[in-house]
Amino acid sequence: MGLFNGANVRLSDIHVMSKGEFRLEVVRRCQNDARLMNLFGCPEPSGGVRLFAFMGFDEDAVIRAVSTVISSDDPAYESITKDLFQAHLFEREIAEQWAIVPEAHPWLKPVRYHANYRGVPDIWEGISGRDIPGSYPFYAMAGEEVHEMGVGPVHAGIIEPGHFRFQSSGEEVMHLEIQLGYQHRGIERMMNGGDLVRSAYLSEAVAGDTAIGHSIAFSEVVESLAGCAAPPRAQAIRAIALEIERLANHVGDLGALSADAGFMPGSAYSGRMRGDYLNLLLAITGSRFGKGLSRPGGVLFDIDNEMALDLCRKLTVYKKEFEDVSELIFTRTSVLARFEDVGAISLKSAKKFGLVGPASRACQLERDIRIDHASGMWQFYHIPISLGATGDVYSRALVRRQEVMRSLEFLLKVLPSLPHGGIFVRLPAMRADMLALSLVEGWRGEIMHVGITDDKGAFARYKIKDPSFNNWFGLAWAMRNQEISDFPLCNKSFNLSYAGHDL
Amino acid sequence: MLKIIMNRLKQGRRTLRFPAGRPPALPPRYRGRPLADESGVGPDMGKTLYAPDDNTGYSNDYRMSSSNREGLIVRGDELALANALGEKLRKILGRSLKLRYVSAGGCNACEADVNVLNTVVFDLSRFGIQFVASPRHADGLVVSGAVPRNMREALIKTYEAMPEPKIVIAVGACAISGGMFAGGPENTNGVTGIIPVDLYIPGCPPHPLTTLDGLLRLLGRIKK
Repeated sequence: MGLFNGANVRLSDIHVMSKGEFRLEVVRRCQNDARLMNLFGCPEPSGGVRLFAFMGFDEDAVIRAVSTVISSDDPAYESITKDLFQAHLFEREIAEQWAIVPEAHPWLKPVRYHANYRGVPDIWEGISGRDIPGSYPFYAMAGEEVHEMGVGPVHAGIIEPGHFRFQSSGEEVMHLEIQLGYQHRGIERMMNGGDLVRSAYLSEAVAGDTAIGHSIAFSEVVESLAGCAAPPRAQAIRAIALEIERLANHVGDLGALSADAGFMPGSAYSGRMRGDYLNLLLAITGSRFGKGLSRPGGVLFDIDNEMALDLCRKLTVYKKEFEDVSELIFTRTSVLARFEDVGAISLKSAKKFGLVGPASRACQLERDIRIDHASGMWQFYHIPISLGATGDVYSRALVRRQEVMRSLEFLLKVLPSLPHGGIFVRLPAMRADMLALSLVEGWRGEIMHVGITDDKGAFARYKIKDPSFNNWFGLAWAMRNQEISDFPLCNKSFNLSYAGHDL
Repeated sequence: MLKIIMNRLKQGRRTLRFPAGRPPALPPRYRGRPLADESGVGPDMGKTLYAPDDNTGYSNDYRMSSSNREGLIVRGDELALANALGEKLRKILGRSLKLRYVSAGGCNACEADVNVLNTVVFDLSRFGIQFVASPRHADGLVVSGAVPRNMREALIKTYEAMPEPKIVIAVGACAISGGMFAGGPENTNGVTGIIPVDLYIPGCPPHPLTTLDGLLRLLGRIKK
């Protein structure tokens, strides 16, 4: 079934293949011109689990969906990861959520440490469903000069919890294993049922620093299932908020990277400038993170002419300030010496792991939902893609610098010419037995929400994918053969979400 | 080097005069302290999500912290703001308060807006307040998040690792009551019942001024 961003489809129209056909289809397509956007399970009324795979054909702006049913009598299938690395975390998630074994999966470990949703014995005896994600068979090395180092879940700074286990030889990191799950709140399951207001709040809390990105994706899924789009003015305001969210985070990241390279002016100024963007969101939405803006049907806050002019005036000042400060950072030899050749990932690896967002673009991998699967405002305003060449910390910083400039240019173009009309429409009820998807290019990369309704039109399954889910492995890989002291820098160059991964 | 100095001059002084001077103006859409209804009783700020569509009226007042859980329930115009720590404890602390942060199952918005206190705008260290990397160095714990099953033990261990006397500050609706995750499938009802709390700072997330106001009240630096 060929779909597009924001599409909806009757569940019965998605091709159900045999387990073998399904596997072959996913492997074959994703080894060629597609990539695996999502792979997850949805409970069947019969008691089995239907697996859905979404393959993105970025050049054609098409998303192909296929499915297969895993019966409860035989909860197993041949692992896709064996032949397609991108599937690795998706399959672990399926194994944990539904107690289905992807046979011969090379790295079958729990993801978030919770009991499975089918209420049958978990596939890991004595590991999953326990309260401590750290009780876990970490990959280990042995040897005279080899040592193991564990960090977390509680970190030194004001950071989300996660556990990092380094296998090092001297100062050199041979392997880093990242075990998350400490932030697991059970959001996906809480989205089910009927209360869409509560679901909107939850969507904003998938990752608080991406409240706008995730709430737009959620709103679009509900709108698609209701068969009624948000008014153009609301779509424009969403796009504006999404870019301000990107600005705040990218500018903040450049400051954090400066700090880790020991360049304090860059850190101090960027930290302050990040706050300026959060204050713009506060003025527009009443929340520094844009909570409360996007709802199914449109947005709850308008940007009138006066406010648009004020925003333009401020953004013009911020643009000049950013130009000056980023010039300071990117011409400092001590900063460049720290950024260059650290934590490099090749284009080939980036494709293999299925990286998204700035982390992929830093490896010259052209992936940007605003361009590849443009919807809403992005169909009318084209943002040029920002690419790096070297896949290292420098490239990840550079991509952010370019994207800040491009987001500012976009805002200064869109704000004075907002579409006329309303900002909110009342939606009809969501239709029964349907599936809808939405893709949003958040500041970390591709956000994907998929909503599936039951026979009464309420969510039976809501799947959330934060870009961090794709990218955490990239960080682990970037640390190979690096010094252990490069970790903070590499970590900040990805700046991934724990909450977004753990859900 | 010259460029850095030139830019330094351009940047100027950005630190708020807070708590001195006039109270900072927040934009009209900012949702601060909830309003009481006609009966004089307002919502429980410990559970409030400060959303525009939650049928709650909001004022522009950022002052919301409380020393006890009951103080978070809005009652008319009466402000039950946080009290200073006892004389004895304040004497031990002197002009320094070292805090350890535990992030436990929120969304990272509280974390981000507490971190902002370290920027030049708020410049937390001028009040002698600093976030430290080890519970052994800390006088107090700041907790955000609904404390899901997977973080419970790490939170308790961090608390136990702090030397006495110690204080606990709960930041955000999740930490205070579980917020939107209360009653969720992963046992997420906040810190209450796990460790004792000395200061409640409500919000989803609280504005940095709300947090700073609460911390300064705790130290007796803001009284009115």
